[in-house]
Amino acid sequence: MTAVRIYFNNIWLALSSIAIGMRITMSHLFVKSVTTQYPDVKLKMPERARNRLYVNIDDCIGCDQCSMACPVDCITIETIKSTPDQDLGTTSTGQKKRLHVPVFDIDIAKCCYCGLCVPPCPTECIVMTDVYEFSEFDRKNLIYNFSVMMPQDIEQARAKLKKAEEEAAAKKAAAAAAAAAAKAAAPPAAPPADKPAGAPPSQQPSTPASDTPGQPGKS
Amino acid sequence: MEAFQNLGFWGTLLVTIVLSALPLVFVLLYALVTIYLEMKVAAHVQDRVAYMRTGWHGVLQPIADFIKLIQKEDIISVAANKKLFILAPYIVFMGTYGAYAAIPFSSIFIGANIDLGAFFIIGISSLVVVGILMAGWASNNKWSIFGAVRSAAQMISYEIPTALAVLIAVMITGSLNLQEVTKFQAGGIQNWLIFGGPLPLLQKILITPFTLITFLILFVASLAEVNRTPFDLPEAESELVQGFFTEYSGMRWALFYVAEYANMFLVAGVAVALFLGGWESPFGSFLSGPIWGLFWFIIKGMVLVFLQIWLRWTLPRLRVDQLMYTSWKVLTPFLFVCIIAIGLILVL
Repeated sequence: MTAVRIYFNNIWLALSSIAIGMRITMSHLFVKSVTTQYPDVKLKMPERARNRLYVNIDDCIGCDQCSMACPVDCITIETIKSTPDQDLGTTSTGQKKRLHVPVFDIDIAKCCYCGLCVPPCPTECIVMTDVYEFSEFDRKNLIYNFSVMMPQDIEQARAKLKKAEEEAAAKKAAAAAAAAAAKAAAPPAAPPADKPAGAPPSQQPSTPASDTPGQPGKS
Repeated sequence: MEAFQNLGFWGTLLVTIVLSALPLVFVLLYALVTIYLEMKVAAHVQDRVAYMRTGWHGVLQPIADFIKLIQKEDIISVAANKKLFILAPYIVFMGTYGAYAAIPFSSIFIGANIDLGAFFIIGISSLVVVGILMAGWASNNKWSIFGAVRSAAQMISYEIPTALAVLIAVMITGSLNLQEVTKFQAGGIQNWLIFGGPLPLLQKILITPFTLITFLILFVASLAEVNRTPFDLPEAESELVQGFFTEYSGMRWALFYVAEYANMFLVAGVAVALFLGGWESPFGSFLSGPIWGLFWFIIKGMVLVFLQIWLRWTLPRLRVDQLMYTSWKVLTPFLFVCIIAIGLILVL
């Protein structure tokens, strides 16, 4: 007898649950849709959304810390030391700029939007914006060049640095010769252009030909 | 058809071609409408909006889809059995479209007013199984053959409840001709077979519960016949990747698709003709006539099609054993009980 009861009970259960389900779907037919028509209507991004990177190059001091923090090596920075007679100005946070930044490239196609580059920046010049529509037809267009230095400016800065280095080397050689000639316990004559005082805690300024490792296909 | 008898050979041929193409025009237009309806219902059930960018609320999307399908490359895989592969979609569509011949669209329009209408529909729509098996076999793909085998098992099982349910309608009306069955139900909604038909009051009251159950079973069984959810095991997008038509693309795929939608209206049309008064107006002689007949038939059919779509987006897919259980242990025994009960009541 129980088997018969279970049989009819199952049929009743099936019919009633189908009815319940159909009532629910019918009620949802008239519910206002929860989706938006994306290209026409855009949702506001959260305040701390992490999307496209932006670099305010005027504030960049070329310290390379963002590049070192990046886990996927998508930031390429090259710097040229400035000579003491040049004034590169100060950042908006009041820090003195001592390095030219001829190359500041971000390959946004590699970027994983982790945001690790943002906190190390001493001048808060690299930030994540809420822009998320930046698809391109060519992958090369996803390498953003933030540096504003003109090619001739870069050449000039390099030439100047080279000249200053040569002068310093000549002076050093002369001083060494003089010291050797005097054979006295002379106090060490500080080479002027070797270590700019108060330089940011960074690596040695790279030579113009150097390249950050792991950056193939750099434009 | 009687009006076109003395036209000679060529005249008859022309009339035959035009008349047999008319349901095709209907089927194609209906398929466009129903594909749109299906997508819209699916979206709104899930609180979405579906197509919005092609025309007003995306009404031109089915046409865009159609144009896209025409342009698509016709791919036939190397391992496929080419002849059968090409033939299969036509057989499937033929089986479906052939059945439209006996569907009474209106009091003056029926493709072939044959006396064995209901029997003919059941017979010719079995051809679909052959086409599906052919497609699954010729594709030479494990998913396709699974889909085809499931489809054969399912369609053959569910043909029994369908045929029994049709038999009940035939028992009450005493005719296999769908035109006759429709005329039997004239005189308004209370005379539809789902409510017992135009029988004497006592018989009508006794018979009504059984005809209601029969209609319900016919509807469920016809869902399985046309591979609609919850009985869409042969297609099963999530597990079999469209089953028997995995390997098809372009217009051959579209042919399967149109056949599926045509099949939906076919079973709805059969259910309407048998149980919901066919082209008869629900208000007796009010709003009746050949054109109104067509209108009522299509409206009733579309209501059932909407019901199929609604069910599709409500229920999950059944397991194979549940499918067989439903057919053999629930629908068929219930129909046997109905047949005996209705037979006894009719003898009274």
